[in-house]
Amino acid sequence: MAEQELLDSAQRDAISLARRTDPLTGRLSGFPWWLVTIIFVLVATVYFVSTNETYREAYEFIIRGISITIQTTLYAYAIAIVIGLIMGLGRVSNNVIFRNFARFYVEVVRGIPMLVLIFYIAFVAVVDLAEMVGIPGRNVPMNSRAVIALAITYGAFSAEIFRAGIQSIGRGQMEAARSLGMSYAQAMRYIILPQGIRNVLPALGNDFIAMLKDSSLVSVLAVRDITQVARLHAGSTFRFREAYTILAVLYLSMTLVLSAIVQWMERRLHVSHK
Amino acid sequence: MSVTNSAIVVKNLYKYFGDVEAVRGVDLTVERGKVVVIFGPSGSGKSTLLRCMNHLEVETEGEVWVNGKRLEERAGNINEIRTEIGMVFQLFNLFPHLSAVENIALAQRVVRGRSKQEAFDVAMRQLVRVGIGDKAQVLPGQLSGGQQQRVAIARALAMDPKIMLFDEPTSALDPEMIKEVLDVMLDLVKEGMTMVVVTHEMGFARAAADLGVFMDQGVIVEQGSWEQLFNNPKELRTKQFLSQILKH
Repeated sequence: MAEQELLDSAQRDAISLARRTDPLTGRLSGFPWWLVTIIFVLVATVYFVSTNETYREAYEFIIRGISITIQTTLYAYAIAIVIGLIMGLGRVSNNVIFRNFARFYVEVVRGIPMLVLIFYIAFVAVVDLAEMVGIPGRNVPMNSRAVIALAITYGAFSAEIFRAGIQSIGRGQMEAARSLGMSYAQAMRYIILPQGIRNVLPALGNDFIAMLKDSSLVSVLAVRDITQVARLHAGSTFRFREAYTILAVLYLSMTLVLSAIVQWMERRLHVSHK
Repeated sequence: MSVTNSAIVVKNLYKYFGDVEAVRGVDLTVERGKVVVIFGPSGSGKSTLLRCMNHLEVETEGEVWVNGKRLEERAGNINEIRTEIGMVFQLFNLFPHLSAVENIALAQRVVRGRSKQEAFDVAMRQLVRVGIGDKAQVLPGQLSGGQQQRVAIARALAMDPKIMLFDEPTSALDPEMIKEVLDVMLDLVKEGMTMVVVTHEMGFARAAADLGVFMDQGVIVEQGSWEQLFNNPKELRTKQFLSQILKH
């Protein structure tokens, strides 16, 4: 998010500098050339796919993974949000056990590389847990393990986002709610969270984009998402350029659309805050 | 000094924030239907004392009794007791994501269990009472400071409190808005509300206070009827402070 703000402000600076010098170059230098270039790359890829046999084969093979990629991301994100909300509440809780458990979870997850965490959750934690409730570990499908692994990982990130959101609300709000007789939970639910979550919606959106990209990591579990099927295609045909170009362009076009949505969300928030 | 018949009884109250001794041994009784005005220099502990009366701050030592019930550290009864005590803050603390009428209706619904219709009816009545019935659907951010504070008072009143606490309710207001808030408070005085007011509005104190309390450095320096306190202060410190604020 900070990166995005930096970019935005750099762009604004560039625009205002140019406007001051010359109205024509001002308009030209403010024009989003980067976007045009990306769109050019996307269009070129579409052109290759429609005219070139090897590109089309690669595309038709890889696109079969798209539903797994999207499903994994959506399910994992939904669970991560729930975990994040609970753990975010834990981070600011007065309950010693709850607060420490949340802190422990966040620190452990943030301190381990995501790839290692995915291996650990998929092959150790989920198996142990399944056997604890009487299901043989190997019966848990890899797709579910991937979702759980991603959800637990991203739950820690969204916990910190929710914590930031809760802490962005001045303590006067909690005091006003409590002095009207609301319980801590009621004050959270009706007063703090509605405002706090609003403040962090863009951050949560960026998290979704990050998760879409990181869902490619589940290919190490042999889950057939677009990354995995692209690897399979490249491995069997030796057409690495075609497979990985299409793979990259697929991710890029999805994230581009999503970040446009997040930016729109941000702008709307700024407007309604004024 | 009867604990059960008084609205608020504070006994030997101490409140420390780390090494800072905000309140150091205060005894104060607020009788039902009376208006107590607390004043003193900033940092004298008057706001802390007020905030101890509904356990926004929990005392380090001593006791606070409200309507015959002791405020306990482990807050079993605190939510219930707080519904009997309205609190008005210096910075209003309205809920910015809710309209004026929703600000007033929310706690009635989730705390008092009133129906949506009933809560809104009460809210509207209170808004009319504080003179801004036409602002019901407006968000706090679009109201003036004086209007916001009046919504805050209406919000507290909608819970049918027996006691109202005011923590410097006009200190954050532009001069021309102070009167509209004080007028609402004077109406409450006329209706016989038990009130504890931290303020430097001497005009309000003269008109309303049954008991004046002067605090400095965490202790009550002097308390008494307003006439006595204002015209014949016993303590030199009180005299000095009064002459300072009256010069302006």
